[in-house]
Order: sequence, then structure tokens, then C-alpha cells
Amino acid sequence: MDIRAHVSMVFHLDKCIGCHTCSVACKNIWTDRKGTEYMWWNNVETKPGTGYPTLWEDQEKYKGGWEKGKDGRIHLRLHNRPGGLANIFYNPALPNMDDYYEPWTYDYENLFNAPEGDDQPTARAVSMVTGKPMDNIEAGPNWDDDLGGSPIYARNDLNLDELTEDEREQLNEVERVVFFYLPRICNHCLNPGCVAACPAGAIYKRGEDGIVLLSQEKCRAWRMCISGCPYKKTYFNWSSGKSEKCILCYPRLESGQPPACFHSCVGRIRYLGVLLYDADQIEAAASVPDEELVAAQRAIIQDPFDPEIIAAAKKNKISDAMITAAQNSPVYKFVKTWQIALPLHPDFRTMPMLYYVPPMLPVLAKTKDGTYDVEGLDKENFPAMLSSLEKARMPIKYMASLFSAGNVQVVEEVYRKLIAVRIFKRAQKVKDYQQAEVDAALASGKTNAEEVEAIFRLTSLPTYEERFVVPPLGREMAVEAWENPLDRKREAGFGVRNKIAKRKF
Amino acid sequence: MFDNALFIGFPYAAVAIAIAVTIYRFWFDPYSVSSQSSQFLENRKLFFGSVPWHYGVIIVLLGHITALMFPGVWGLFTANQTRLYILEVIGLSLALMATVGLVLLFYRRMADARAHAVTSELDWLLLAVLLLQVGLGFWVAYYYRWGSDWYLHTAVPWLISLLKFQPNTASVAALPFWVKFHFINGFTIILLLPFTRLVHVLVYPISYLWREHQVVIWNRSRMN
Repeated sequence: MDIRAHVSMVFHLDKCIGCHTCSVACKNIWTDRKGTEYMWWNNVETKPGTGYPTLWEDQEKYKGGWEKGKDGRIHLRLHNRPGGLANIFYNPALPNMDDYYEPWTYDYENLFNAPEGDDQPTARAVSMVTGKPMDNIEAGPNWDDDLGGSPIYARNDLNLDELTEDEREQLNEVERVVFFYLPRICNHCLNPGCVAACPAGAIYKRGEDGIVLLSQEKCRAWRMCISGCPYKKTYFNWSSGKSEKCILCYPRLESGQPPACFHSCVGRIRYLGVLLYDADQIEAAASVPDEELVAAQRAIIQDPFDPEIIAAAKKNKISDAMITAAQNSPVYKFVKTWQIALPLHPDFRTMPMLYYVPPMLPVLAKTKDGTYDVEGLDKENFPAMLSSLEKARMPIKYMASLFSAGNVQVVEEVYRKLIAVRIFKRAQKVKDYQQAEVDAALASGKTNAEEVEAIFRLTSLPTYEERFVVPPLGREMAVEAWENPLDRKREAGFGVRNKIAKRKF
Repeated sequence: MFDNALFIGFPYAAVAIAIAVTIYRFWFDPYSVSSQSSQFLENRKLFFGSVPWHYGVIIVLLGHITALMFPGVWGLFTANQTRLYILEVIGLSLALMATVGLVLLFYRRMADARAHAVTSELDWLLLAVLLLQVGLGFWVAYYYRWGSDWYLHTAVPWLISLLKFQPNTASVAALPFWVKFHFINGFTIILLLPFTRLVHVLVYPISYLWREHQVVIWNRSRMN
């Protein structure tokens, strides 16, 4: 047993309003430099949709993540070791800038400097790569936002593959149109594909907190990480010739603040906390059959209250404060205690440490004689406007394709519990349910009143401190052991090419 | 005198500067060491340029180095006419492959707006010098046949004399202009290596063959 701590995340999709505040917070801090304009370490996608970069989930095309070989072990989909070296002169699975979009700005100066003429001057779009005018802008980071262009984008969502032709057609009916938002950052995986794919060994996982970082000094632009990550969350800086990725705002974490995208989240959908896991089990857990992947990933996460685990953690030099943080972790509750948060695409076998509570989309409704009418209302016991799984607007198979490697049962169990929470709370506040109905909902959700109240509390009324249990990494103190942390204050930063002289005053 | 400057002074100076600057760069500016790939910006033309160029030039270069390191074995190998024929044909085709690939890469940097935007003056210089070198190499191999054999008795003794610090230009003094040009341009490339993106040949990640798949770094190990 090799117990390690991991700063992990939960995104509650029911609360995401798709405002992109997280993306903008991240962009303003980390990716406003030359070469990074097209990067969105945090992006928000509309689902169904093809996402950013387009069709990133298509591993036939991009060869990201791991696949289970005939020998029962997992192998990088991208290459074996000699193959990686042989493909170094041309990576066949590398996405091109056009798969993201060519970043542009506008020639605003022309509005002021244009010579007098018959026409109003315009601000033409100008490429931020070449500086040349871009008359035909064909893509952007959220080009298919809110189902924009859905005949091209939403219809090509790979997760719809499991649906029957009928089900797919129905999704296009105006009355049935449905979508939700999927905010994505680096998953800081337990079995990262980017780390394994990097020929230079420039990418690494921090032992203390599991954050995956990319050494700018060791990166040699072999660009295998971009293909190796199945989530397309490593990006190539075309100007510096280095790959870059989400750093989970570790400088903020180290000073006790949540990452900027978490902090700025308007819908308060984000939770951050520590998970304890057993590093010895990673390879085995990533190698189980598809339908067992979620269970295996849950099993690798250890109980921070178990004395045996605590002893093993202490033996691994995990501090008491870190263990306390793990015990208070909201992520542990969502993922392990309540089991209502699921990893995104566990089928990529990288064991992502960002978990999603799937969204409860409203039940299907149609207008009938000019009024809003919930279909089949009279035949069901549930009152209008409340979700029932059988009436789910988005087929459950779609959610299973996203969150459980196709295992419908796992997603159903999550939804049954979420529905039980709703019915329980509605019975309490609105009082339009019979006790028998509430009990039935609790039983089918395999939950109880106490757990439901706890889920409700952490979902709807959590305080800042309950959402973000930032462990005391204390590096601002620990670092003093070998250097004065104030030495280079205000003098260096991301992408600085040469060491900068120390400040004199 | 002129020969001494070209075939003794210049090679030593080029190599000395290359070694010093390489050490300086790796020590003081490791961030700058990158292959500066532009595949992300343009990848269709790159495929037809980069793959033939790299495979062509690497194998040809390995041939040059093998002959220099094992002249005896190489001499025995080329002593047979059939083998010599095969070697010449392979060498010429690889040189042609590399040349065509490099011309394509040159064209790509000029014609593609995005690739052009990330090409520095040093990149252009490097491209020109490399193109000149493979062009000269191909020319020499074509017009002065059996290079894989006469190389052993001309350039190799001279290079070995340089390596032994007993410089002797006798074996190369009488060679035709184009051959000498090829030699000197070769050392120009060595001189340019640490100043340009060519430095990436020194960091070819061979250790990927045996390193652990997952890399974990502990901060606390720095403190212990």
C-alpha cells in the first residue's frame, strides 16, 4: 500500500449556467501571452456538441489515452516506445491549429486612422498568428455554444453513437431539444497519458498533491503530449515552441486559495478537496474491463477516517493537516460516500481526478392547446416538472457514454439518488408528495433522509469553506528551507526566457 | 596557408565554439532548447518534407560517421564491387530523398503564412546552409563517383588527424573545389548548431525507450 494525497475536483453540472466566467478568469491569468491566444486551459462546452478542439473525444483520430491490449494490459493508444521515437519527425495524430481555431483580433486602429472616404471605416479581423486579415472566420473556442450550428456540431457528438436512429431524430425536434454545459479543465489524472507519451520526460505529477505539471525547461516540442492526452488539455505554444497546460493554479493553492476558475465560478458548481488513494493499485484499476472502470476508480480512493489508512498515510510523510483536509473533503463525499460524481470518459483509462455530478435535465414537455403540458403526467405518480428517469430528456445511454464507459447501471444509480433528493426536499417544502412516494424514492435511490439532507446541504447551500477545502501545502513556508521566497518577487513569470537579475531594492 | 586556415583553423574554431556555446546554452538557458516544431500550424506539407528529410539525412550522416569511426571495416566492406554499387545506390537515393524533403520544407516556410510567421532569420540561414550542404553532397556523390570509397582515403585521414591533434591536410589539399566546399560547409553547420534550433539533434530523447511511463516528482526530496 502506497497512500498518496491528491487535490481533486467535483463539478456539479446541474448548477452550470454556461457563462464562461471560469474560462475568462483563467485566460486573463495564464494564457494571454503570444502563442497561447488559442488556448483555453478551462473551456465550457455545450453537450451534445463536438467540443474544443473539434471532436476531441474521437480517439480513432487523435489516439489519446490508453487502450486495453490483447495481453490484458493497457498500452498508450498513440505509440509504443520505439514507435514514439520513429514518429518524432511527424506526429500523425497531432491536432492542427484549425482543429481549435486561428486566434484573431480586430484592426481597431483603422477606425481612427482611415483616410476620409465615402464609406465608414471598419475594423477587419486580423490573424494573431500571421497578422494578415482573416475575412472568413470559421471557428472559435465555443463555436457551437448553446447548440449553435447543431446540424453540424451537436449531431456529430460521438456520445450519440450508442443511440438508436429514432432517439437521435427525436433530439432534433424543437420540443425535445435539450442541452447542458460541460466545463473542462485538466483532469490531473492518476494515470496520465500526456506524461507517458512525452519522449523527453518533461511532464510529471507532483507527489505531494498530484498536480500534473509540464517543465518548460525540459520540453523540446516533440508534441506527443498533445496527442497523448485524450481530453486535449495539453496545448502547444506555437510561439515559444513549448507545450503548456493547466497548472491547477498551484501558486494560488500554495497560498491557500482555490484556483481562479473555481474562485470565479458564478454558479458555484465547483468543489475542491483532497482524496487519499493507493498508488500501488493504479495500473490494475486502469486495466479492468470497461463496465468496471468506475467501480475500480472508486475503489482506489481510500477512506481518510480508517485508522489503517491514516497510519499508512503518515508513514508516507503525509502531514496531519493534509489528512484532516482529506476528512473534510467535499470531493470525497460526492465521489466516494454518496457516489454521485463520476469521472469524464473513464474509458480513456487515464483515471481523471475531476468528477462530474451529471445534470438533471427537465422532463420532457410539450405544448398542448397553448399550455405547457408535461407528457404522460396523468399516467405517473410523480407531479409535473420533476425529473423521472424514465422520462429523461437526454437518453441515459448518452450520459453513460460520457461518464461511465457505457455502463448504464452506474449512471442510473446516480440519477435515482439525485431524484430521491429532489422528491424528498419537495415533499418537505411544497408538501405535494405522499410519504409512501418519498419512501419509494429513497429506496430506489438507495439512500436515506440523513444522506439526502447532507447532499442537499452541500449542493445548494455550501459555504466557501465547504466548497473549497484547500489543503495546507505550505510551500511558501517550506520553500524558505532552500531559498528566500522574496528574492525574485515581481521579476519572473511564466514564459520568461532568461533568468532575470535579482532586484536591487 | 589558405588551406591550413580552412582545413585546420576553421574546423577547430567551429568545433570549439560549438562545444562552448552548447554547454553555455544547456547550463544557462535550457528553456531555449527546443525543436521549435511548427507542425501544429501546418502539417500537410510538413509530412512530405520532414519525414524524407530526417530519415534521409540521418542515415547518410550515420554512414559518414561509421566510415570515420571504423575505416578498416568500411574499407573491407567497399572492397567488393557489388557491395560498393549497392552502397552508392542507397546513398544517392537517400541523398535525393533528403534534398527533395528539404526543398519542400524550404518552400513550406515561404509559402505557408503561418509557418512563415514563426521562421526567424537564423532559421532561414540554417535552412540555406543545410540545403547547400545536401545539394553539394548530392552533387559530389553524383559527379565524383565512388565517394563511399575515396572518402576513406581523403577526408577520413584528415578528420582523424584533426581528432588526434596532429593536423595534416595532405590528403584533402588536392581535392576539387566542390568537395572542399562540402567539407567547409559541414563545419559551418557544426558552428551554427548551438546558435540555432538545430541544437535539437543533441536532445533526441533516446531515454524514452527505457524510462518509467509515469514520472512523479516530490518537492520534499529537495529538502532532504
